[in-house]
Amino acid sequence: MENNMNDAVNITINNLSLAFGKTGVLKGVNLEIEPGELFSFLGPSGSGKSTLLRAIAGFGPRPQGSIFIGKEEVTQQPPWKRNVGMVFQSYALWPHMTVRKNVAFGLEEHHVSAGKIQELVDEVLEMVDLLSLADRRPSQLSGGQQQRVALARTIVVKPRVLLLDEPLSNLDANLRVQMRRDILELQRKLQITTIFVTHDQEEANTISDRIAVLNHGIIQQVGSPLKLYDEPSNRFVANFLGSVNLIDGTVQHENNGYLFKVPDGTSFPLGNNEIKQGDCTAMFRPQNLQITRGKDESTGAKIQLSGRVEHREFLGSRIRYSVIVGEQILLVDDIHEANCTTIEVGETVSLQLESDLVRILHD
Amino acid sequence: MLLSISKNSQIIKDMRSLSRHQIGPASVALLLGAFLFVFLIIPVAKVIFVAFQDPNTGALTLINFSDFFLASLFQESFVNSLYVAVMSVVFASVIALPLAYFTTRFNFSGTLLIQTLGVIPLIMPPFVGAVAMLLLFGENGSINLLFDEWFGFTIPFMEGLNGVIMVESIHYFPFILINLSAALNNIDRSMEESAQNLGANGIRLFRRIVFPLAMPGYVAGASLVFLKVFDDLGTPLLLNVNKMLAPQAYLRITSIGISDPMGYVISVILVVFSLLSLWTSFLALRGKDYSTVQKGGGGLMKRDLNPFEKAGCYAVVILILLMVLSPHFGLAILSFGTVWSYSVLPDAYTFQHYLQMFSSSTQLISNTLLYAGLAATIDVLLGTVIAYLVWRTNLFGRKWLDFVAMGAVAIPGVVLGIGYLRTFHEFNVPIIDKPLASWWVIIVVALAIRRLPYALRACVAAMQQISIALEEAAENLGANKRRTVFRIVVPLMSGGIVAGFITSFATASVELSATLMLVSTESDAPLAYGIYEFMQSASGRGPGAALGIVAVVIVGAATYASHRFIKSKNVEFTTEVTVATGE
Repeated sequence: MENNMNDAVNITINNLSLAFGKTGVLKGVNLEIEPGELFSFLGPSGSGKSTLLRAIAGFGPRPQGSIFIGKEEVTQQPPWKRNVGMVFQSYALWPHMTVRKNVAFGLEEHHVSAGKIQELVDEVLEMVDLLSLADRRPSQLSGGQQQRVALARTIVVKPRVLLLDEPLSNLDANLRVQMRRDILELQRKLQITTIFVTHDQEEANTISDRIAVLNHGIIQQVGSPLKLYDEPSNRFVANFLGSVNLIDGTVQHENNGYLFKVPDGTSFPLGNNEIKQGDCTAMFRPQNLQITRGKDESTGAKIQLSGRVEHREFLGSRIRYSVIVGEQILLVDDIHEANCTTIEVGETVSLQLESDLVRILHD
Repeated sequence: MLLSISKNSQIIKDMRSLSRHQIGPASVALLLGAFLFVFLIIPVAKVIFVAFQDPNTGALTLINFSDFFLASLFQESFVNSLYVAVMSVVFASVIALPLAYFTTRFNFSGTLLIQTLGVIPLIMPPFVGAVAMLLLFGENGSINLLFDEWFGFTIPFMEGLNGVIMVESIHYFPFILINLSAALNNIDRSMEESAQNLGANGIRLFRRIVFPLAMPGYVAGASLVFLKVFDDLGTPLLLNVNKMLAPQAYLRITSIGISDPMGYVISVILVVFSLLSLWTSFLALRGKDYSTVQKGGGGLMKRDLNPFEKAGCYAVVILILLMVLSPHFGLAILSFGTVWSYSVLPDAYTFQHYLQMFSSSTQLISNTLLYAGLAATIDVLLGTVIAYLVWRTNLFGRKWLDFVAMGAVAIPGVVLGIGYLRTFHEFNVPIIDKPLASWWVIIVVALAIRRLPYALRACVAAMQQISIALEEAAENLGANKRRTVFRIVVPLMSGGIVAGFITSFATASVELSATLMLVSTESDAPLAYGIYEFMQSASGRGPGAALGIVAVVIVGAATYASHRFIKSKNVEFTTEVTVATGE
């Protein structure tokens, strides 16, 4: 209550490990979340992202390592002492209380005076546009309204940080897009350090300042959405952030440049910048490739590959071709416009790729 | 052209069969409705009518009610019945609350023990154990003899109304335990976590979140206990406590005759209180679907116990277990003991009672198997048909059928018995030439009506598990409605039907209150009646106890079979069905 909204706090996690029985769920997590940042934990189910969030709120088995909120270590504190606001995936609205009672609960627990409670509850319900439904029961509200009650209930106590556990997963697609904008707007207004857990990369990309990608209880990479997409540090991150071509091979230094060689005989140049040699994976996105009908005509520095169209999918804005090149199947995205001619399955095509768009992964 | 003709004739055929499908269910529904009307609605209406009728002139009047409330005997009986029912709820709660708390709050290894505790009392009707309890806890019973010897005082456990309260609360606490545990288990962990996240913990969290969420379950269980105790006839009769409502009704009708209006007035009061407690339970549960369990979540936070706490929990559980098992132990000792009075245990042990029981009581046992078997068969037949009519057709009035059939819950056995006597004593059955009210078949009908709600619940639960798509698939492949019912619906329901049969059978075989009113000759009597008769005399207690053991074995075996069957068929079941009980 006492902290001013403007002094947002940072969250520091040092070497945090946690196990359910003998199953390790978090394995040495280190993380620094900046004050006022909207930070996402992104990962598949079972990656430990929710567990990490719950550990920050003080739920779940006792972890090893430490968690700091601002300068205060909270690792040993019980949940009710931490003053971190959490919005549960299920919303966890109490069915025996009205909307108003639900929202007032935390203020009552913080011993705020009755008059002040009334005022603060009205204010926050106004903010989430639910004042007119204050005397309803949660079961009488739609999913989106319940979500906003859960949010109001959490922020009304002015928590030090805001934790959102897959808050949009129970909403339908249109509402989800609207709601994530609302959440972002609210977060900017309150300037509160916020962690957002999701398994949806689009959701994470649109809303986050930075993202931590988790898998198997280990943070794979931390960075801005663009950085994670363009410069993933390993195959998992590359794959999780969007469709990708990953080709196993080796890097060799030949003449005065580097060459990527695939076991099936295909090879292409990687330019002159220094690259660690040996076994590795070449990574590029489907839209990095240009596709043209027929055999290749050489054009400068581009990587030239030729293959045959195996499969074609219409995705609306794009057409995605699966092209067999040697023994590899490459995904190629071509922008779709009305009246443009499409390439048929079975046709021979040539593919062009700028070598500086190829990223070499060494994991 | 040919194709379109055959198509047309197909459509015509479909239309014909459609109307036939309406006629089939409709006539079955009418038949069912008639059965319920004759054997449930008319007798109950008759009882209510007579209560408001002047015994001499036949005019409508309230005189019977004023007579009732002016008589000190009835005033006392009324107060006693209320007192016993309320105190039984209190003591049943005292037993059930710690058990429910242990299993839902702690990682307690005794959880299985507690779950067993929840079934054991129900396999023995309370009146069967009543005499045994008298010998264990009575003024000169084993416990008090020991107390007197060790500490020089005795406790009046079984003195008058205390005895009824003790026997009833030991018997019926599982209703509260089961309902409360279910309610607690349905609270999602996130309910607690979100409260903690907002700063609540400990007793405040319990008071503001856990308690209100569990309350509906508790009230539902408690009102059920109230209803059962308030209506019970056998237990007070066997403990020789006559100044209560149900025994008074029975005694008036059997001693003064079926024209005495007091039995009817009492019946109306019993029905009113039954309805009130069902209404309370309904209000408690209405609109409060507090089941908040999410996928992956489930149940309250549980914590581990330290050894000291664990020992404490076990001490409580074992104490309760001993108490709950005491009627069973007592009955077993009684059935093997020679003379057992003014001593902690019988003087010697013998098989004599069993031999005596088997030589004299085979008729009782075979009658019981026949009656309970027939009643249970009727119940599952009706249950299946009603379930189908309600959930799979849009027949007019189908909800009423369901409602009336379930309504039998609110009719105490004494009331149904009195209603049958009054309604059918002048109705002569052709061929056998005696009144329907004193033909053994009426006992079967009474048992069937009494147990119908439980069987119906089982059938409805089973039916709701069947996806309509399974039936549509059969119809899509050419099976008509009737074929679909017999080849798809009934086989898929078989788990629920069998479980419903067993539950109905088990509980009907130890029903006493309606039976007591309707048995007209010894040769028609079932087991429960026999136990009651035996227990009336000191010399009959041994064989009576032996017969009680037979009853416990029948009910216990049936309950076990039903549980096994439910498990193997993986039929999800409402707890109410499996714990349906006799009285």
